[in-house]
Amino acid sequence: MMPTVPTNDSEREFAGWEHFSHSADIGVRAWGPTIERAFEEAAAALTGIVTNAEVMPSQEVTVACNAPDLELLLVAWLNVIIYEMAVRRMVFSRFAVRTDGARHLRGSMWGEPIDMLRHAPAVEPKGATVTALRVEREPNGLWTAACVVDV
Amino acid sequence: MHIAGLMQIDETTWQVGPTGAMRVPVVIYADANLIEAMDDKVYEQARNVSTLPGIVAASFVMPDAHWGYGFPIGGVAAFDASQGGVVSAGGVGFDISCGVRSVTTGILESELATVQDALADSLARAIPAGVGSEGSISLDAHEVDAMLLGGAVWAVAHGLGDAADLERIEEGGCMAGAQASCVPGRAKERQRREMGTLGSGNHYLEIQAVEEIFDSVAAAAFGLVRGEVLITIHCGSRGLGHQIGTEFLTEMVIASGAAGTALPERELACAPIESELGCRYLGAMRAAINCALANREILDHLARRVIRHFFPAAAPRLLFDVSHNTCKVETHLVAGHPRTLYVHRKGATRAFGPGHPSLPDALRSVGQPVLVGGSMGTGSYVLVGMAGNEERAFASACHGAGRAMSRHSALRRWDGQQIVDDLAAHHILVRSRSMRGVAEEAPGAYKDVGAVVLAAERAGLARRVARLRPVICIKG
Repeated sequence: MMPTVPTNDSEREFAGWEHFSHSADIGVRAWGPTIERAFEEAAAALTGIVTNAEVMPSQEVTVACNAPDLELLLVAWLNVIIYEMAVRRMVFSRFAVRTDGARHLRGSMWGEPIDMLRHAPAVEPKGATVTALRVEREPNGLWTAACVVDV
Repeated sequence: MHIAGLMQIDETTWQVGPTGAMRVPVVIYADANLIEAMDDKVYEQARNVSTLPGIVAASFVMPDAHWGYGFPIGGVAAFDASQGGVVSAGGVGFDISCGVRSVTTGILESELATVQDALADSLARAIPAGVGSEGSISLDAHEVDAMLLGGAVWAVAHGLGDAADLERIEEGGCMAGAQASCVPGRAKERQRREMGTLGSGNHYLEIQAVEEIFDSVAAAAFGLVRGEVLITIHCGSRGLGHQIGTEFLTEMVIASGAAGTALPERELACAPIESELGCRYLGAMRAAINCALANREILDHLARRVIRHFFPAAAPRLLFDVSHNTCKVETHLVAGHPRTLYVHRKGATRAFGPGHPSLPDALRSVGQPVLVGGSMGTGSYVLVGMAGNEERAFASACHGAGRAMSRHSALRRWDGQQIVDDLAAHHILVRSRSMRGVAEEAPGAYKDVGAVVLAAERAGLARRVARLRPVICIKG
């Protein structure tokens, strides 16, 4: 099932993403009320590296990944998206994540084939890294998920 | 980086340690201004590298260094397998065997003027560039494996290159020791439709004019003539290398954690050279080197087809093809004794001096060409490896200008179309599908490449031979 887009401002306040600087590359930092939501926002931040244009959520792709801990699970999740983007020549705009809270993740993502003119993709992510990698619950209760992406 | 904590050896050589957990000193080659402009993380990372098992002589930093992944970009470190030495996926980088290839053409820049626009358009059509671009070559599983073992030799055998190029490519165009079976399935799948594609980011194909000659003897040996144009390609092993880098970095992080290895940073994860994981990574990394060599050979082949269409009498000749993200087994004299070492060069170019046996006859007396990419606006340099640089940094030199500003900051400061227009006013034609990508690669986001190569020369690493000015730039 496709996730609903947050419709009210209060929910937007609690989930979102931003990019941060890393000399030659770009960092993604996302937050949300749950690990899953933070991971979904991190995926949106990854798309934000590639394009600012609207991406139609017309095709669904499902993935699964495993890792020994939550931080490496974020790296695995972003890397599986990068892989699907590369082999399917797609960009994604909506994401739904389920985890067991630690090591296993199942994700769905919705997007469309890259349209060179409309999406004007800026740069191709090579891989998510363990640099500035952080998945943590903040004192305010929100989860943060962050790492640098090599481009 | 604060200069105060560094011990100055000479004008362009600085040293720290060893102290604490450092097994060897950190040695930085740069002038005071370049050091002041370097991120503090460069020193921190070079220091971390100096703590790794089996490291020999020093953890070296090139003049263009910046913050990398475990190793600084612009870092050189050699490890001895017999001393428990390690191999590091971060020490090679995600774009395995990313490198530069330059081709002399004999065409005068003045001949180019009347066709510059049309040539730029034709190259932009012929060279698949940017995110999601697809080449005309699609490989099945069997051919992917053949390419991974054969490198540029494979490309030539398939009519996608020129046999005369091979002696001017590192390793003769084919890296020995590649193991296709060590390459993860996803890496192969990612590469099936990416052969002969340029990629994005700082990768480019340029037509460049020789603007200044510094060393006429080396320039003559290299076929560089003032006013003539070259084709220069900067790219690497595409999705295959990225996937190998990604998967092995994670595997090394997990293995280091399981082994209880104390690492200053997780991203410094590595594996003993003689371990199963180390051997498997080396087999896969060498296969990725072959992928990069094949890819640059094919891109060059595509570019030459376009050049010949406009200039049927052109005589393209490969000057050299050299990588700057590798780990190679080399023999170096250390304290007067030859030792077999695994030399990591992350954002550093191999720079063999005169007389090195691996160089082709035409170049041996002069030394190895070192191709240093600049930015779209400022141009590039051809250097030559200097005698004695083996003792300085295992025969290595800088690889580029190095970024002075993040993509994020560049995007806030510049408008891509404005940069394209400004460069066009200076007769530099940029072709890119992404104006945001152009803004992120703005000339002003890079350090002064002239200062970087001058520091490399003063440090005795590589001497300037010629400066090249971009005329046409195809960006991903």
